[in-house]
Amino acid sequence: MLNLSLQQQGDALRAKKISSVELTRLYLDRIATHNPVLNAYVTVEANKSLAQARAADAMLANGSAQALTGIPIAQKDIFCAHGWRTTCGSKMLDNFIAPYDAHVISQFNAAGAVNLGKTNMDEFAMGSSNETSYFGPVRNPWDIKAVPGGSSGGAASAVAARLCAAATGTDTGGSIRQPAALCGITGIKPTYGTVSRYGMIAFASSLDQAGPMARSAEDCALMLNVMTGHDPRDSTSLVRDKEDYMRELNKPLAGLRIGLPREFFAEGLSQDVAACVQAAVAEYQKLGATVVDISLPNAKLAVPVYYVLAPAEASSNLSRFDGVRYGYRAPDYTDLTDMYEKTRAQGFGAEVKRRIMIGTYVLSHGYYDAYYLQAQKIRRLIAQDFVEAFKQCDVIMGPTSPSTAFNLGEKGDDPVQMYLSDIYTIAVNLAGLPGMSIPCGTGANALPVGLQIIGDYFKEAQMLGVAHQYQLATDWHSRAPQGL
Amino acid sequence: MSLTTQDVQKIARLARLAMDDTEIAAARAQLSGIFELIAEMQAVDTSGIEPMSHAQELSQRLRQDVVTEPNQREAFQAIAPQVEGGLYLVPQVIE
Repeated sequence: MLNLSLQQQGDALRAKKISSVELTRLYLDRIATHNPVLNAYVTVEANKSLAQARAADAMLANGSAQALTGIPIAQKDIFCAHGWRTTCGSKMLDNFIAPYDAHVISQFNAAGAVNLGKTNMDEFAMGSSNETSYFGPVRNPWDIKAVPGGSSGGAASAVAARLCAAATGTDTGGSIRQPAALCGITGIKPTYGTVSRYGMIAFASSLDQAGPMARSAEDCALMLNVMTGHDPRDSTSLVRDKEDYMRELNKPLAGLRIGLPREFFAEGLSQDVAACVQAAVAEYQKLGATVVDISLPNAKLAVPVYYVLAPAEASSNLSRFDGVRYGYRAPDYTDLTDMYEKTRAQGFGAEVKRRIMIGTYVLSHGYYDAYYLQAQKIRRLIAQDFVEAFKQCDVIMGPTSPSTAFNLGEKGDDPVQMYLSDIYTIAVNLAGLPGMSIPCGTGANALPVGLQIIGDYFKEAQMLGVAHQYQLATDWHSRAPQGL
Repeated sequence: MSLTTQDVQKIARLARLAMDDTEIAAARAQLSGIFELIAEMQAVDTSGIEPMSHAQELSQRLRQDVVTEPNQREAFQAIAPQVEGGLYLVPQVIE
């Protein structure tokens, strides 16, 4: 049951081979066994999940079931879910019980899916290793000494360890794709504006985008069918016709033009990752695709540009955490300013404070033009590089992450080294393009390697098809960590 | 680029983050490293390039000016640090 696709699990539920309550219990038992080591979940509320499972069983019995009805999905703890503790990985929201549902959560509820629990994450989604979480680091099920990546590290670890059928994540600079790569699963960040951000705790609003993390491209397509759609409550949610993301899964690859950006295979990429990515590209050529050499000349500037724009937006978004309306408040203070300063000093962790300070500085008087405006201009150059590239190719491929999973604590004291983990993913967020990661081999220490696939705007269905065809021909995506 | 202790103290104050001298010193070292990374941007000639603020450059949608949300004051105040009589309590601001 654990290794069945979402569609097969749905078929089993609709055929009454298993009930949603039984399936939910199966996962809850696995969480009870493995979560003490992996720390992938921050909050599990069996009673709430089982109540949803019973409601799903009623839908299954009366014939009103949809594709995901009764299927247990892990929700990243960045999504507000009514009545559930929603922490965003922070002490600031340790006691926060969400009074409403995020749009993504209400979409899953309407589909009859079961919320299996809230997954651990880097604090306010700021991190690439899940080590910034107030609730402790998540461990990678392939090697518990290694990080799962971040910020959606709990989601990636839970999917890889079969502690959920599938999960949600969010991606501001690589937070779906990089943990997906490091944990050997499939994840897609759709085009900016495709999934509503309503009720998704904001980090950098012009970059944040939610997406699915699952065991295959086919599962991601099914999840995306539920997650997407216009929502007037998010002012950047796009008005578009509802799409079926399954529609191109079976499209043959003959004639597909794959662009390989020179800059993604240069210095900084580890040998083992390069070898797996090249082998995957060779497999695509066997399947009928052709390869085009392309250049993204400004991609090297993506990390510096991101570390101006994302902290700037974060410093503004996180100003709401003031100890007045919800969340943590410092126990002792002398006056209002002291209350703000102590609340925020005690409620936020080191990385979040660091980014608030970067953002505060680049937006402050006298520095705005040199940093913020210059970064916005280079953002356009980076986006234009992709426009040029997509004149020559249909999809772009390269590594998701420069290395396989590194060990816990390995990059702890050097924020810049940590930031460079996202060197290949960040440009995609700056441009607002869809990007995904699929497992394509194992590197050093038998840890998974991710292949990044970048598509043109709104080409998710094509990308999922490109990924699915590879997954039909190879079995990297169906391999599971030992001992679980 | 290297930030001074005074720069970091000023940033912390603007960001409403209480920090002691040890934390200021640590932040100064790390922020200076990050601004070295960011400095790579400065060499790029961006004259004539329009700043890009957003991935989808659409104009802001307007909606009808009507009430769409129900009153949930009690639910929202139930999760507040300190409330009294339907009001959020903070230290006295006006003498």
